[in-house]
Amino acid sequence: MANKVIYAVYDDPEVLKGAARKLVSAGFSVRDVFSPFPVHGLDPIIGIKRTRLGIAAFMFGITGTSLALLGMYYMMIYDWPMNIGGKPNDFFYQNIPAFIPVTFEFTILCACHGMAITYLIRNKTLPGMPARNPDPRSTDDKFIIELRTEDNHGRSAEEITGLLRETPVFEINERQC
Amino acid sequence: MQHESAIRQPLILGHKTYHDITHDIVSPIENKAPRAWYVLLTIAALIAGYGVFCILYLLSKGIGTWGLNKTVDWAWDITNFVWWVGIGHAGTLISAVLLLFRQKWRMAVNRSAEAMTIFAVIMAATFPLIHMGRLWLAYWVFPLPNQFGSLWVNFNSPLLWDVFAISTYFSVSLVFWYIGLIPDFATIRDRLTKPSWKKAYGILSFGWTGNAKAWTRFEEVSLVLAGCATPLVFSVHSVVSMDFATSIIPGWHTTIFPPYFVSGAVFSGFAMVLTLLLVMRKVMKLESYITVKHVEYMNIVIIVTGSIVGVAYITELFISWYGGVEYESYAFINRATGPYWWSYWAMMTCNVVSPQVFWFKKLRTNLVFTFFMSIVVNIGMWFERFVIIVTSLHRDYLPSSWTMFHPTWVDAGIFIGTIGIFFTLFLLFARYFPVLALNELKSILKSSGESYKNEQAHNTHH
Repeated sequence: MANKVIYAVYDDPEVLKGAARKLVSAGFSVRDVFSPFPVHGLDPIIGIKRTRLGIAAFMFGITGTSLALLGMYYMMIYDWPMNIGGKPNDFFYQNIPAFIPVTFEFTILCACHGMAITYLIRNKTLPGMPARNPDPRSTDDKFIIELRTEDNHGRSAEEITGLLRETPVFEINERQC
Repeated sequence: MQHESAIRQPLILGHKTYHDITHDIVSPIENKAPRAWYVLLTIAALIAGYGVFCILYLLSKGIGTWGLNKTVDWAWDITNFVWWVGIGHAGTLISAVLLLFRQKWRMAVNRSAEAMTIFAVIMAATFPLIHMGRLWLAYWVFPLPNQFGSLWVNFNSPLLWDVFAISTYFSVSLVFWYIGLIPDFATIRDRLTKPSWKKAYGILSFGWTGNAKAWTRFEEVSLVLAGCATPLVFSVHSVVSMDFATSIIPGWHTTIFPPYFVSGAVFSGFAMVLTLLLVMRKVMKLESYITVKHVEYMNIVIIVTGSIVGVAYITELFISWYGGVEYESYAFINRATGPYWWSYWAMMTCNVVSPQVFWFKKLRTNLVFTFFMSIVVNIGMWFERFVIIVTSLHRDYLPSSWTMFHPTWVDAGIFIGTIGIFFTLFLLFARYFPVLALNELKSILKSSGESYKNEQAHNTHH
């Protein structure tokens, strides 16, 4: 039997959440959900883990802090100390108050750009990538649940669509894959 | 779903569906632009062209074509720089600070406010760059290994902090704005039918799919970027103010500058947002999304920040006397009564007195009056920077070097030119970009949309 992919189209995020809950409690595995905006509370239902992007941003941020402090130490204290308006420059700790603004800015710069680049790569959204949403209406006003028979062994496509029809579904599309 | 109190005014008026929101925002991109757009773009582009000519003239002749002299060696260039950076602050404040405070009304205004930020920061950055005289050596501001002896940039200098602050601010705002735009570009891509346009928006949308994991990441990124941008926006204008505050010029050497500059920046930024949005909502028929309530909220921000600015002016004046430094007190007496008294009183009237009229609800909900006031505030904020910079410099310690500043046509041409470039960029944005954050507006439709709220109120009564 060929594998099938089923798209259940809904027109309301709350209805979609109800349907997803019903499917999951009946033992089906939901492949993905496509929506025009974030549907809050959906992730725990379909088993999506919390993203670790925040941790990544923190890592990029402290890398920026270290690089900025190290760079300023090298340039201003070690390599070529200069007497600028009599400000102390013998030791790093004496000069550190003047280094705070640049350290802060560079931390933010690294955290934000590092996180943004990671985000784009993880989402596979990069310039020129083709659109991979199953239905163009999913970026407008439709909310789509994707189910695959290969994820639900022992269940036929008819069984899945039968259950879907019990929910207030807008339309159901089946495709061979 | 989030429920909102029924007495809170709706943020989306009329009977809108998700599809209506897409239609209302995307159809101006699909359809032919109205004649007014072409007229405005032509005017803006002509002014911009003149500005570019003046900049090229300046670069070919040198800084001597400005009205600077030995005493007033910083004038319109830095005034315009600070003015534009300040205007830029509203966008980040709306998108980042209000996101952290979970203010839903920001969703209708954040996209265009952020666009305004980016264009304003570009205009701001123009001034220090052209002030270098040799623009092609602008990369010397970065700490690059070089052959001039081990000559590094000076990390003790606020001017260098400014380089880092402005470049971080610009690039982070740009990234924040674009990450929000990606899903909306995808909406446009999926809606358009003309192949060449579809392809163009397809490239811009980076292949966005809108699956569940992508949205989770999207929300995390928005939150963290907002968390980073909030201290950033406060740091940027603080650093700008330190260009003055860390010097020893009477009138500049004050510790009040960072908070005072930041609130002034937000004040002028909101005024510019209102100038732009009041026209845009009319021309693009966005009255259901940018409502009178939104305008009122922004006017309230203007009263608050305007009052902070007023308190700062008066504190500064008081301390100049109370501090007992005669140079400092002379600087302030000279500001108010010296040859530049008119600019001081223009600043006081526009920034301190005039925003107080918004205490009247009738006036802060009157759109024509708000538009007029938004221009008054921006004139006032330009004068504030002019007063701080020129009046503090023009009376030197030696009376023999006392001078006045007379702007030349190049000074004026570049300033007006940047306004032209700014409006050209904004008009292009309004034509080709989704001017409201589609995905965010859709997410509040069921909690803050008028028809849904009425339905809810109706249901609870029974």
